[in-house]
Amino acid sequence: MTGGLEGPPPSERPTPEGRRNELGIRVDPAVEAAQTPRRTVISALVEHEPGVLSDVSGLFSRRQFNIESLTVGPTESDDRARITLVVEEPDPGIEQIKKQLRKLIPVIAVRELEPNAMRRELALVKVNSTRPDQVAAVADMYGGKTVDASPETATVEITGARQKIDAAIEAFSQFGIREISRTGTTALARGTDDTATADAQPADQPARNTVPADDD
Amino acid sequence: MSERASPVPPTKTESTTEQSADTTLEEDESHEIRETPEHKPITTGAQGVVRALENAGAEYAFGVQGGAIMPVYDALYDADIQHVTMAHEQGASHAADAYGIVAGEPGVCLATSGPGATNLVTGIADADMDSDPMIALTGQVPTEMVGNDAFQETDTTGVTKPITKANTFASDPNTVGDDVSEAFALANTGRPGPTLVDLPKDVTLGNTSSAREPAEPTTPDTYDIQEYADDEIVQQAARRIETSSRPTMLLGGGVIKGDATAEARAFAIEHEIPVVTTMPGLGAFPEDHELAMEMAGMHGTGYANMAITHCDTLIAVGTRFDDRLTGGVETFAPDAEVIHVDIDPAEISKNVHAEYPLVGDAATVLEQLTDAVHTSPKATKWRAQCQQWKSAYSMAYKTPDDEPLKPEFVVEALDEATSDRAIVTTGVGQHQMWACQYWTYTEPRTWISSHGLGTMGYGLPAAIGARLAADGDQEIVAFEGDGSFLMTIQELAVAVRENLDITVVVLNNEYIGMVRQWQDAFFDGRHSASEYNWCPEFDTLAEAFGAKGFRIDDYDEVADTVEAALDYDGPSVIDAHIDPQANVYPMVPSGGDNGQFALTEDQL
Repeated sequence: MTGGLEGPPPSERPTPEGRRNELGIRVDPAVEAAQTPRRTVISALVEHEPGVLSDVSGLFSRRQFNIESLTVGPTESDDRARITLVVEEPDPGIEQIKKQLRKLIPVIAVRELEPNAMRRELALVKVNSTRPDQVAAVADMYGGKTVDASPETATVEITGARQKIDAAIEAFSQFGIREISRTGTTALARGTDDTATADAQPADQPARNTVPADDD
Repeated sequence: MSERASPVPPTKTESTTEQSADTTLEEDESHEIRETPEHKPITTGAQGVVRALENAGAEYAFGVQGGAIMPVYDALYDADIQHVTMAHEQGASHAADAYGIVAGEPGVCLATSGPGATNLVTGIADADMDSDPMIALTGQVPTEMVGNDAFQETDTTGVTKPITKANTFASDPNTVGDDVSEAFALANTGRPGPTLVDLPKDVTLGNTSSAREPAEPTTPDTYDIQEYADDEIVQQAARRIETSSRPTMLLGGGVIKGDATAEARAFAIEHEIPVVTTMPGLGAFPEDHELAMEMAGMHGTGYANMAITHCDTLIAVGTRFDDRLTGGVETFAPDAEVIHVDIDPAEISKNVHAEYPLVGDAATVLEQLTDAVHTSPKATKWRAQCQQWKSAYSMAYKTPDDEPLKPEFVVEALDEATSDRAIVTTGVGQHQMWACQYWTYTEPRTWISSHGLGTMGYGLPAAIGARLAADGDQEIVAFEGDGSFLMTIQELAVAVRENLDITVVVLNNEYIGMVRQWQDAFFDGRHSASEYNWCPEFDTLAEAFGAKGFRIDDYDEVADTVEAALDYDGPSVIDAHIDPQANVYPMVPSGGDNGQFALTEDQL
């Protein structure tokens, strides 16, 4: 082969002391801290038009963002919808998610919710109804109600934070679960705090390294 | 070469191209003040589409006809837009892309539905990776047939969603012109990029309910651009620069697209800061300047990679820290605090963490920094070190008599024979790297290449687009490899038909040379599917197309042939048979340490 150049070989060159971690952050080798993923809720206010959901879901698959749930629904305004995402990424990944979402043209505002935000999920759990009294009792324990009953099945609706629903499902499993359908998390900020509005963007401070309160 | 008459159509006159290019430029200026009332009232969606393009100032469009786009072409028939019919839609998208880079205005490409649209895809993806302003208009089957798998139906907005800045499915003849205006504005506002409007045939054929002109090209309300960087961070960055002892500037393609070349140069020269560029940043800083360290990265110069590896402050402007630039991020500028200027907040700390994130327009933020930095960094020793690296890792190459023609020599010969404003386009591969390394870029928008996507075959169609956007006195030189050239060689037909003055230089080694180089380095020299045992004679092939063909085998033929090819008024092709074993160095292997670049194969 031809085409080599003259010059000191790699072994004779000075090398710098420092290095970066895999996220491109300069680190002190002695105190290199691994970035651990955290779970957080991101709310996006979007134009209510066809294709927005596919834009958002396409973005997540294209950039390999870790997404746990995605819900979408109408808002107080006819021409806007709200998408609520539960994601699990290290801090730089969460920052990227917010910035990349904000770049989508139909996205109006993006915000990461505080850990104390109201977060709710709905689940329909269909179980065998051989012991209907006990099914009703368990439903009651979790604030759920029976929405359908047949000679063989009972379907219970439960609303709450993810962990509560997980616990309820575990409790229902004693009856034999036939089918489950869950909505994923939807959320709003508390009090006068805005969730994600056209006026409030892009004023957004990440809630760093805080674990969301599980039930509220 | 034979003396036979050029098969260019009989209307050909001397210097037609340049004249027409000049005339168009004059028309361009009058575009701004052109009165619109002389236009006929808009009666169909297609007329709205074309009027939107005219109102936005589009002068050229590149495309290929076809069923679903016919109404738009019919409206183009009466328009003040010169349409260039390309041989293949991929050529149309690359030509529009290159036109956009040179002109600084979105290039326009058109194609029909189905295969027309999918053939555009490579060029759209290319423009997306390189943030080039471009608008693609695609025909679509009539709305009522969408979803039925109709003839030549493809979900074009679905296919192109991940590779466009924005795309739209037009739904109404009355508003389709507004859709095009908005797409035009989005393509060129903020961080540029390709946009697409999918045009169902019923929408373009359909009658409008009024003769209303399309809306002005404006971006939607949801699209915000931050022009000024946060002043507090600007001040912090300025203090960092003032106290830096090893400052380095890294200029990316955003400096050129943001028209910030003057500000970047002034800042570097005022504070005597060595300047490294990315590949798309070639031309942002004059490479013949003492402070120029030239291109960094995988095949960047040794001195650029040393400077970037050892600097303590990296002032990066308009770059997305691509892996071909950074190598492994663990070893990228590991001692440097990074000041990152970019108009796209999502690029900040995406690959390399920025201590000083400066979101804003490159020229504006550089002005903010210029105002904020009061004393130059004390970096005499650092500058001397950089100069020492420039001589220690010189790019000088050998030309032994017993070895075939070296590609570097051919690149330098073309550079020498052309003006400083000459425009270089390339395909992708070894020839592209030699064109980066051995051409001295001094002006912005003179380097047109496929950087992020790495599209072989980009060079010739890009030369066509660049020719139409460039001034008449700017030479257009397209470097291609033999493998790359064969991918889009049919566009020579267009260059001949339009009598475009371009010079194609094929650095012919009868290999997919970059793959062959990697096979030698990393695959035990097993030349799987990279070695040709037959290659066309490109000079003869060029003549068959009606272009002028030349061939070079030896050093003593280079100067005269280059001169003759450049003198030829029309497309010419030089088939330069170079050393088939020539490799590109320096080289940082994928994910490697920039400072440990190899100068020879045994260092890899």
